[in-house]
Amino acid sequence: MDTKTIIDVEKLNLWYGDHHALKDISMKIPANRITALIGPSGCGKSTFLRTINRMNDLVEGVKITGSIRYKGEDIYAPNVDVNNVRKNIGMVFQKANLFPMSIFDNIAYGPRTHGITNKAKLNEIVERSLKDAAIWDEVKDRLKDNALGFSGGQQQRLCIARTLAVQPDIVLMDESTSALDPISTGKIEDLCTRLKEKYTVIMVTHNMQQAVRISDYCAFFLLGDLVEFGTGEQIFSNPQNPKTEAYVTGRFG
Amino acid sequence: MREAFDRELEQLKNEVATMGMYCERAIDLVSESLLEANMAKAQDMPELSLEITHKEREIESICLRLLLKQQPVASDLRLVSASLKMVTDLERIGDQSEDVAEIIRVDKFFYTGQDIPLRRMAEAVRKMVSESLDAFAKRDIQLAQSVIKYDDIVDNYFEDVKRLIVEKIKAQDCDGEYLLTLLMVCKYFERIADHASNVARWAEFAVTGVREGE
Repeated sequence: MDTKTIIDVEKLNLWYGDHHALKDISMKIPANRITALIGPSGCGKSTFLRTINRMNDLVEGVKITGSIRYKGEDIYAPNVDVNNVRKNIGMVFQKANLFPMSIFDNIAYGPRTHGITNKAKLNEIVERSLKDAAIWDEVKDRLKDNALGFSGGQQQRLCIARTLAVQPDIVLMDESTSALDPISTGKIEDLCTRLKEKYTVIMVTHNMQQAVRISDYCAFFLLGDLVEFGTGEQIFSNPQNPKTEAYVTGRFG
Repeated sequence: MREAFDRELEQLKNEVATMGMYCERAIDLVSESLLEANMAKAQDMPELSLEITHKEREIESICLRLLLKQQPVASDLRLVSASLKMVTDLERIGDQSEDVAEIIRVDKFFYTGQDIPLRRMAEAVRKMVSESLDAFAKRDIQLAQSVIKYDDIVDNYFEDVKRLIVEKIKAQDCDGEYLLTLLMVCKYFERIADHASNVARWAEFAVTGVREGE
């Protein structure tokens, strides 16, 4: 499954005050693949995900060393435009967080903040984003409806569409299906599988079966350490580290 | 942690061991029947063969239930999938033993000669079946590999049998029907050895996660 690296993490350390949350993490995340980050609560996987688009910058007392290179450029370099990082590396959260406005305005929000005002161009972006998020057919006649009036699963796909509207390379997903029913979860998993044709997906999940089903690559974190990184198939069929084996088989602790 | 699951996996291993024991008994029955001209032992085979088939179904059900309810991964998945594959080979061992027993019952065929290495072949096959099951139970890769290698010895015995039978036919030394039946019996033993070799391969896979040729 050879593919080029889009995110190259080297000796990444992160402290929240005195707490050493990520310890010497080094990994190469492949482009146009789904990489799942797994591990028990508090292992650092969400912290790691958030470092990929500098979401931890906002946390008081955080200290980060090492590097995260996106297409060869260190995103923590002093002259880097954080907004630009987050445009290229979008994020979808655990719970849908749409704005209390129409579907159209939600999806057009990002492009507008990046200076796109042309109505035709915005129409085109909204349609493309909703199509990429596999929800166009369900909402195309209701673009002016309030986005908060849709089901949880639809709202989460609208969030994905909103993320795609600024044409990122990478979509980070932080337990984005954990609050959804199996049908909505299935739709988002199918969507992720389609998204990787155009985008790189990096997801935190507590759902082992989801990681088995859709991850091309999988990283197991424990107490801030990256214990094992390999293809999803290898991690779930023949993990090399006994700690990974204990975790994925449910015999951890 | 997952105590019920661990108990079910333990049950699976025990059932595979029991099925293996039935297969060993089947080989003993036909070997002793052939070599000791003991018809009674061949007559015990149909019932044992049926028990082996029932055990296969039982183990398949356990595996399918585990796959459905526990969604095993890593070494658990390898154990369940290896068991599921192994029982097919074990069932074939039972079937082929019964095929030999049927020859004994129907044709009243017993081994009477001394110059064909049937006894050694039967002993080698029995050893392979036992050790392949031991390798699975004890997660012993070296033992599994030695079983796989030992298959060559059984193949060589079979080649010897063929050669000796051809010589006897040429020399018009023996009853032709007897020789052909003997060849068939030896072929069944050779096939049982192949199945034992497959069992050993799955035993190895259960530990390493690597299949032959990967």
